[in-house]
Amino acid sequence: MAQLSYLSPSSVDDAVKALSGPSARALSGGTDLLVQVRSGRAKPDQIVDLKRIPGLIGIRSENGGFVIGSATCGAMLSEHATLSKIWPGIVEAANLIGSTQVQGRASLGGNLCNASPAADSVPALIAARAICVIAGPAGTREAAVETIVTGPGKTSLAAGEFIIAFKLPPRGPRSSDAYLRMIPRTEMDIAVAGAAVSLALDTDGVCTSAFVALSAVAPTALLVAEAGQALIGSRLEAAALTRMEEAVRGACQPISDKRGTADYRTKIAAVLAHRAAVIAWNRAKEQA
Amino acid sequence: MSKQRTAAIVNGDPVEFLSDPGQTLLDVLRDELHLTGSKEGCGSGDCGACSVIMDGRLVCSCLVLAAEVEGCRVETIEGLSTGSTLHPLQQKFLDHAALQCGFCTPGILMASKALLDANPDPTESEARYWLAGNLCRCTGYDKIIKAVLDAAAELRQDRKSA
Amino acid sequence: MNKPVKPDDTGAILKVVGTRPIRPDGVEKVTGRAAYGADLHLPGMLIGKVKRSPHAHARIVSIDTRKALALPGVKAVMTSADMPDLAAEHYEAGESASNLKDLSANVMARGKVLYHGHAIAAVAATSNAIADQALDLIEIVYETLPHVIDVEEAMAEGAPILHDQMFTAGLSETPTKASNIATKHRLDRGDLAAGFASADVIVETRYSSAAVHQGYIEPHACVASFAADGQTQVWSSSQGHFVIRGLCAKLLKLRFSDVRVIPAEIGGGFGGKTTVYLEPLALVLSQKSGHPVKMVMTREEVFRATGPTSASVVTVKMGAKSDGTITAAQVDLKFQAGAFAGSPVGAAVMTSLACYDVANFEITGWDVVTNSPKVAAYRAPGAPNAALGVECAVDELAEKLGMDPMVFREKNAVRNGVRAPYGPVYKNIGYVETLEAIKSHPHMSIPLGPNQGRGIAAGFWFNIGGESTVNVSINEDGTAIVSTGSPDIGGSRASMAMMAAEVLGIGVEQVRPIVADTASIGFSTVTGGSRTTFATGMAVVQAAEKLVIDLKRRAAETWGVEIDQVVWQDGAAHCLQAEKAPKGALTLAALAGSAGKTGGPIATVVALNAQGAGPGFGVHVCDVEVDPETGHVTVLRYTAAQDVGKAIHPAYVEGQIQGGVAQGIGWALNEEYVFSTGGVMENAGFLDYRVPVASDLPMIDAIMVEVPNPAHPYGAKGVGEVPIVPPLAALAIAVRHATGVRMHDLPLSPSKIRAAIDANAR
Repeated sequence: MAQLSYLSPSSVDDAVKALSGPSARALSGGTDLLVQVRSGRAKPDQIVDLKRIPGLIGIRSENGGFVIGSATCGAMLSEHATLSKIWPGIVEAANLIGSTQVQGRASLGGNLCNASPAADSVPALIAARAICVIAGPAGTREAAVETIVTGPGKTSLAAGEFIIAFKLPPRGPRSSDAYLRMIPRTEMDIAVAGAAVSLALDTDGVCTSAFVALSAVAPTALLVAEAGQALIGSRLEAAALTRMEEAVRGACQPISDKRGTADYRTKIAAVLAHRAAVIAWNRAKEQA
Repeated sequence: MSKQRTAAIVNGDPVEFLSDPGQTLLDVLRDELHLTGSKEGCGSGDCGACSVIMDGRLVCSCLVLAAEVEGCRVETIEGLSTGSTLHPLQQKFLDHAALQCGFCTPGILMASKALLDANPDPTESEARYWLAGNLCRCTGYDKIIKAVLDAAAELRQDRKSA
Repeated sequence: MNKPVKPDDTGAILKVVGTRPIRPDGVEKVTGRAAYGADLHLPGMLIGKVKRSPHAHARIVSIDTRKALALPGVKAVMTSADMPDLAAEHYEAGESASNLKDLSANVMARGKVLYHGHAIAAVAATSNAIADQALDLIEIVYETLPHVIDVEEAMAEGAPILHDQMFTAGLSETPTKASNIATKHRLDRGDLAAGFASADVIVETRYSSAAVHQGYIEPHACVASFAADGQTQVWSSSQGHFVIRGLCAKLLKLRFSDVRVIPAEIGGGFGGKTTVYLEPLALVLSQKSGHPVKMVMTREEVFRATGPTSASVVTVKMGAKSDGTITAAQVDLKFQAGAFAGSPVGAAVMTSLACYDVANFEITGWDVVTNSPKVAAYRAPGAPNAALGVECAVDELAEKLGMDPMVFREKNAVRNGVRAPYGPVYKNIGYVETLEAIKSHPHMSIPLGPNQGRGIAAGFWFNIGGESTVNVSINEDGTAIVSTGSPDIGGSRASMAMMAAEVLGIGVEQVRPIVADTASIGFSTVTGGSRTTFATGMAVVQAAEKLVIDLKRRAAETWGVEIDQVVWQDGAAHCLQAEKAPKGALTLAALAGSAGKTGGPIATVVALNAQGAGPGFGVHVCDVEVDPETGHVTVLRYTAAQDVGKAIHPAYVEGQIQGGVAQGIGWALNEEYVFSTGGVMENAGFLDYRVPVASDLPMIDAIMVEVPNPAHPYGAKGVGEVPIVPPLAALAIAVRHATGVRMHDLPLSPSKIRAAIDANAR
């Protein structure tokens, strides 16, 4: 840490340059990075604060969907009434990250790039089929959220690359999402397991599309295609939910650690996916 | 390791300070500006004893780099009262015996102020969840929650009569 | 029940005691001005940091500090070679005793490191960053040794031995083989076999609890300044600055008069700040560097190297007749002491059956060393662990008998005149009244829904008295200063001021209470064991009473009457012979203003060793709801009744009860030391060491039962410890009734509960 420096570039190009060094780290809300620097788990020589780059903070509507700046803090998401109405699952997932204090800082971009398997907002973004807009030395590119994290603490981002924004697709009527996680306390914990469900219904309440994503049950967040498939064509009848739970349990490959046993995580992931599906379905019915 | 110069507004007053790149806002408040009312209980954002309000948002000052506050407005416990007149939250904490050792108190007061700024009429449950990032080991939170709700009622009354 | 024990001369009721004034140190604390240990800055001050062991158990082969010392900005480096090598010597420190040889080796490892995080060297440097670099430059060669942390594994044959000179004390024959069992404790009465033979129903059960930390939010902090002439000053956050002085002087072989310890405000202690960790190191570093040295622990260091309390395994065999009379009880308590002997198992043995009138019992306790941090006192040390086993066994026995557990407890409750299991005959206890307070509380009749359960448990703590010195002086304007040597950890300055104001007949705002440093007041032992309001309070009252006598004498002299013609009322002397006092009463202010003419300054000191602390009993009831799919426990409501003798400041008495309950709930549900197979604590931070947050708890209804303690002027009993004793069992029992499953191992984490529910369904 002896040679640590801090930069706060005001353009994407300057940020790309600053992040091209071998041990530069992007700083968004800092709620993970600064803890890691302090404990010595991360030893960057350069911290590049992204928050002063235009567009990195803020939420805007575009082509019928939303574009969320990657450094936008969780509190800003929940204060955005339209976003909260259309993507309640993403907003509630982002708002489960840490305390009120952390909500004033922590961002979707940071939550994703910290690459923890237990990140709360990631499964919600995956279930929403969100796309990352990535800046880098070769210009900007887009990639699905689930392609970013490759393992605990590891991402597919190249040197100099960072996420500018998340694009949420246009949302039809009778669509909604939900995220639930299990923690031992009621707040201030890392998910022992988490499940996000995003679905769309026809006028009869039958699922026409459904996506189920999980956290903390594998080295990365998981999109469980079979779980979503199990719900499609159903009105969440017991048999469909049972098939979905089985798909969820089948996809889990958790570890046992200080936060929970593998067996418990697997059981809970199914419970949470079931409950999240019911919440999302009820919300979708309300969305005219 | 060269120090960086930062200018900010702290409790309404302009301040300038030098910091190492790794220093946090809490380090600067306590060690450079000698505002030791903000406490360090964990250094990892898990206890809330260092809570301050930065540009209107409640943050843990241990999770903010000092250099990040360039141009920002920072409110700390030292700026909560007006002259010698206590803020209603401070008075209610005294009235309700909502502190024992007092170490978490500055952070809880700042978090409570941010709560009442955002939500003048919180329910008990809303207050409990909002304050979940502020650990208190002495009181069991009972009297803290009562003091916050009582202060909220008084502030609502003040606004009505103002 | 609210009748005063000790009215003033006129028989008037209490005017100050029992009210809820604003605490005198309150404004400082709500404005951020109160100065805690880490808040002090001195000119030329250095930052001290500790190098800690990366191994749970290892022999220290060599320590090379040369590179660290050569780093620019580093002013001193120390190891145990810089501290005297002490012989074993017992040092009494109020709530907990220390062996000075062990304590010295705990603050700085000597020969071996005995736990991960054990201090092995320390540096003082001009900045935090330089101090950190210096720590990395210290080269240590270790020879690692097998380690043991689990208490039962540590007792087993063939376990790695921590101390090759430890031979179990308390056995009938002196052993010849070293063991991790430091001491076997035993307490018995009656005929156990006959007692069990006469029982109609017997339960045999086992409960365990994990090591938990006191979890004060303020990390340990101090500043030490060692002057060239040998005089030292130490600013420290502690529960007893006299004990800090004593331990520093003993560990470093200094004269007590050369060590002045100034009490900083303390940010929570709960027993954990009754000993030293940093202070002796800061003194050595200050002496070596010639600068003041500040040392502040990180949260991680607090978890790895201070506290915690013992993990424990408690087995209980208890028998009763079909009418509910307990005939015999056998209790076995195994306590983890950490790296050095001295777990609170002795207190656990004495408190375990203290609520029950049992004719035949045998209680055994085992004090066992393990490769984990040396345990420190934690609120009613030992009693919660014991109560977990005994109260759950009582619930099991009542269930087996088909009896209401409350009726069962009443039937077997200790009453005045019963001899306590630990020896004395109970007098003026309020256990039955406390049971009644819960029995008749509206909480008991609230209906429960599905997956909800109610748990009731009782708890006991001795409370202690002990040594205190108090100085009360009257200022020239008639206001008063009360100086004590007792650190204020929960509002005690308020109660001291109140008791002085009550006796002097003045308003509490007229009294300024302070905590004086070790050079400014006589010896006072730690604030712990729930002793301060009782013992220091007794000294305050006696001192104020001495002053009232002095003031009456001065008034009598002024009026030319006998002292028995003067009464003291409402802060003034009144003459019974009106004609002798034509100007009427002499107020405290008037007497103070003319003190020079009536004998000089009005001040007095009382130093005492208070006896007769009344034991405290608590009965708690809690309702929980368990999510059967996730195993998550929600505490729905909680009511705690306690015999407090007399509540001096009821709001702070409630606060003690509520705070103790919250800690007990954390202990029961989520708190624990999680060790890796390598003996490293894996959750050394507030993220994964889960103390309750505001949204985890309901309001906690604190019911104060007042059965006065005649040994105290106003009837006070200690209140701080009892409330942490019942919650462990109350939660476990409530979960049992919510789920149908008996949980035998704390914490009652969601994964354990779900697994137990699944196993039960099979």
